[in-house]
Amino acid sequence: MSHSGHFLFIIALLPFLGALLPGLMIRAGRNACAIFTAVPTILALTMLLILAPQVMRGEVVQAEIDWLPQLGLSASFFVDGLGLLFAGMILGVGLLITLYARFYLLGEDPMGQFYTYLLMFQGAMLGIVISDNILLLLVFWELTSLSSFLLIGYWKHLPEGRQGARMALAVTGGGGLAMIGGMLILGNIAGSYNLTDILQAGDQIRASEWYLPALILILLGAFTKSAQFPFHFWLPHAMAAPTPVSAYLHSATMVKAGVFLMARMWPVLSGTDAWFYIVATTGLVTMVLGALIALFKDDLKALLAFSTVSHLGLLTMLLGFGTQAAAVAAVFHIINHLTFKAALFMTAGIVDHETHTRDIKRLGGLRHLMPITFLIGTVAALSMAGIPLFNGFLSKEMMLEEASHTDWFGSHYAVPVMATIGALLSVAYSFRFIVHVFLGPKRDDYPHTPHDPPFGMWAAPALLVVMVIVIGVAPFLAEGIVTVAANAVTGADLHPHLKIWHGVTPALWMSVIAILGGAVLLAFHHPLDQAWIAAPRPEAKVIFDRVIAAVAALGRSVTEITHNGAISRYLAIFTVTAIGLGWIAYSSSGLSPPTRGLLPVPPVIAVVWVMLIVATASVVVMHHRRFRALVLLGIIGLSISAGFAYLSAPDLALTQISVETVTIMLLLLALHFMPKETPKESPMGLKLRDGLIALTAGGGVGALAYAFLMRDIETISDYHIANSYEGGGGTNVVNVILVDFRGYDTYGEIIVLGIAGLVIYALMHALLDGPAARRLKNMDYAQDRSRDRHPLMMVVVTRVLMPIAVVVGIYIFLRGHNEPGGGFVAGLVIAIALLMQYMASGFAWTQERKKIEYHTMIGLGVVIAGLTGIGSWLAARPFLTSAYTYVQLPPIEEFELATAMLFDLGVFLTVLGAVMLMLYSLSRIARFAGETVNVEPMDYDPGEHADDDKVET
Amino acid sequence: MEIIVASTVGILTAGGVYLLLRLRTFPVILGLTLLSYAVNVFLFASGRLAIDQSPILSPYSYGDTTYTDPLPQALVLTAIVISFGMTAVLVMIGLGAYLEAESDRIDLEPEMAESGKDDSA
Repeated sequence: MSHSGHFLFIIALLPFLGALLPGLMIRAGRNACAIFTAVPTILALTMLLILAPQVMRGEVVQAEIDWLPQLGLSASFFVDGLGLLFAGMILGVGLLITLYARFYLLGEDPMGQFYTYLLMFQGAMLGIVISDNILLLLVFWELTSLSSFLLIGYWKHLPEGRQGARMALAVTGGGGLAMIGGMLILGNIAGSYNLTDILQAGDQIRASEWYLPALILILLGAFTKSAQFPFHFWLPHAMAAPTPVSAYLHSATMVKAGVFLMARMWPVLSGTDAWFYIVATTGLVTMVLGALIALFKDDLKALLAFSTVSHLGLLTMLLGFGTQAAAVAAVFHIINHLTFKAALFMTAGIVDHETHTRDIKRLGGLRHLMPITFLIGTVAALSMAGIPLFNGFLSKEMMLEEASHTDWFGSHYAVPVMATIGALLSVAYSFRFIVHVFLGPKRDDYPHTPHDPPFGMWAAPALLVVMVIVIGVAPFLAEGIVTVAANAVTGADLHPHLKIWHGVTPALWMSVIAILGGAVLLAFHHPLDQAWIAAPRPEAKVIFDRVIAAVAALGRSVTEITHNGAISRYLAIFTVTAIGLGWIAYSSSGLSPPTRGLLPVPPVIAVVWVMLIVATASVVVMHHRRFRALVLLGIIGLSISAGFAYLSAPDLALTQISVETVTIMLLLLALHFMPKETPKESPMGLKLRDGLIALTAGGGVGALAYAFLMRDIETISDYHIANSYEGGGGTNVVNVILVDFRGYDTYGEIIVLGIAGLVIYALMHALLDGPAARRLKNMDYAQDRSRDRHPLMMVVVTRVLMPIAVVVGIYIFLRGHNEPGGGFVAGLVIAIALLMQYMASGFAWTQERKKIEYHTMIGLGVVIAGLTGIGSWLAARPFLTSAYTYVQLPPIEEFELATAMLFDLGVFLTVLGAVMLMLYSLSRIARFAGETVNVEPMDYDPGEHADDDKVET
Repeated sequence: MEIIVASTVGILTAGGVYLLLRLRTFPVILGLTLLSYAVNVFLFASGRLAIDQSPILSPYSYGDTTYTDPLPQALVLTAIVISFGMTAVLVMIGLGAYLEAESDRIDLEPEMAESGKDDSA
């Protein structure tokens, strides 16, 4: 990277940083706002000019920072001749537009926003022309689509503005998507996403079988951006934007991005028949069609818009020719078109600003009222027409010269004739711009009496017009930049000479025909215009709207079919898709032969299996009776834990049993408030459909399980088994995995569990504060409830059981590291012991005796587990490394103390807290729902007199 | 034994999916519970089946003892507890929806769906 390369990063960043300023500076006034918009542009332009001498010598300035090297994405920039030309245009015209917009925007337009969008756009555009990485280029490319959307829709109150912005975004954004595909293909062929590398790989790319798809996709992006037929229709609709936007985006920059891209990719993609026929033909058709429509447009800006379409077609055609001379002509015409078209747009803006109309049929005779504007507009329009001594003439001559010896499908005349017609139409509409707007008699029915605008407003177009004349008279002044830019496009070393007089050539005759024919055509404009208006012709906007409406309708119908609001619909689609994918995976690769045999089935297990099958089938059949379904669910869970116990998973069996208990309790509690039966409302067809889906899913998953059960795998568990005792200090490998090997996972999991508990608590509170609370209060419960809610026997038994259960819990916790057990199971066991007290003596009684809040318990658990993990940092070990030792207390057997146990304590507390908080939240709803509150341990206390009713309401 | 485990997974999945596709919240929760059983057993079985080979290291053996794969067990253990948490959250949401809307349908009532459409149109 050369030292001056650092400037490139600053140049690329400046507009984006600068975009922050106008929104703030607008508070200091409109002048301050405009000045602060100009500052970053001026700075960037200055830096570019510092780099310019280097580039003009033919060097390439580069700068690179790796961004995501794995993706081949780097923030790399480079400036060669083409980049310099475009960057100069973008910044230079940007500066002029900033000045012009200061005077153009009215008091009620939010100027800060405008300048912010403008700088964002400028930054995006600048990024395209100086990116060295095509992925980065794509990012900037999309940014231009987005920022131009904001600029076109700047006048949010105008429906045309909004629709035009949407159309521009849809068309250019869609093309951008195609281009992403094309660029990725290109990068894959070349093996690099760096433009400088890709430009070297031209032969390889043209020889690749992926050349044509890449070409078409990239051209789609370029054609949509540069408004080439048949994507030209968005440009005229984007004219709803404020005129500074039209002048900037639609003459100088954004629409040229497509042309820029074709020029950039010229060394790689051009030179094939496909390139010539696609690009040159599209350009030619666009040039003629755009010019024809422009002639009959009455809106000044629409006329200019279609003339821009036509000139972009001209540029595309020149690049499509694929010859070096044509590339030189294209580069030169880019400069010329910029100068006269931007000036013309600004002129149109001035006319609109002063007369309050852009309708050509309501204008005329303005030369008397606006002499300066007349002068500027006329010079620019004559240049557009291609009149000698103006710069438009020079590049048009070069174009006609190239066209005159280009064959098209073997025909010598097709291209020259069409090009001449295009030039002729171009002359006609350029003359019309002058004659119908400025010449003719002065009228007395302008919507607003016009006069020349203030200096600030005409300064920018005047400067551009001076350039038109200077280049037109002394073309050699532009030779330097045209040479380096053309060299950058073609990759050759060219020395073009720009001259006014080439002698009597075919191109000169074509020019003469065009100018005379154009003048004649304008003379007959009125009858032709009548015929044009009467003739039926396709209206692009109507077609576009119809296409969009059809796409939207399709989208809506797909959404309505798939997302009808019922979760069963989504789940059905999801399940069927999963089954389908599974089937594809199976049928594409098949199965290897089985490597394992079947294990024997003892009769007890067979009985358990039958129980499970019957219970599951019964749940499905009888799920309408909800209590019964819950009982059956309990049977299923217990059968599964029996299976775990038999299949060498004692920890799982313990966990399953205790979770099963709390799950059933939870569902029972919930069922208390819900309908006890599910109405039978599914039609038979739906049941059959769901049954089929369910059976297919079950069959598929079962088959998959059977398939892998019959085959061996490589497992990483040997490491865990080998290191469990040495490294983790425990013989229960499952527990050591939980608290040590994969302690981080467990840590995350207890946090999730804690959050779930808190979520339920929060939901409960939200529920009790909402309208549901009233409904709860007035809820009718079944009449057949037990009168003795807290029976004596149960109270006594649970009291006796409590200490036993707690001891069991502690025992399970302590042995966990070496024998089945551990924090998870212990937490659940203690939770069940506590729940029994709630069940026996009621919510209020138990709550009163609870000393520690469940939230605190969750918090403590997570904190203890976390601190244990952090503790290992003190020993300079990674998070959650465990240490252990063995302790001998006289009456008890030697036992182990490990930090993992402390971690397990955290797990224990969190599980206990979360489970209790969940069930507690549900029970609180019951209390709210008008249940009686008990202060005594049991409803009927045999120690008291029978008539002493302690139950309070 | 393998057939028994595989068929268990299959039938639990089938029952779970069928109940998931019902139109009221409670069967959907039941279905989800069945499905989590199925998934837990499925994951557990991915360690392959073994009898009397608990992953509890025995101090009386010297290298010749084989143990079943402990890793799926550890994963399933937490999965069981987490699926309880998930069920609890769902139950609470279902209960809240029922109390707020006075209906435990999982979709909009037909007439509500109609009026909803009118609003959006």
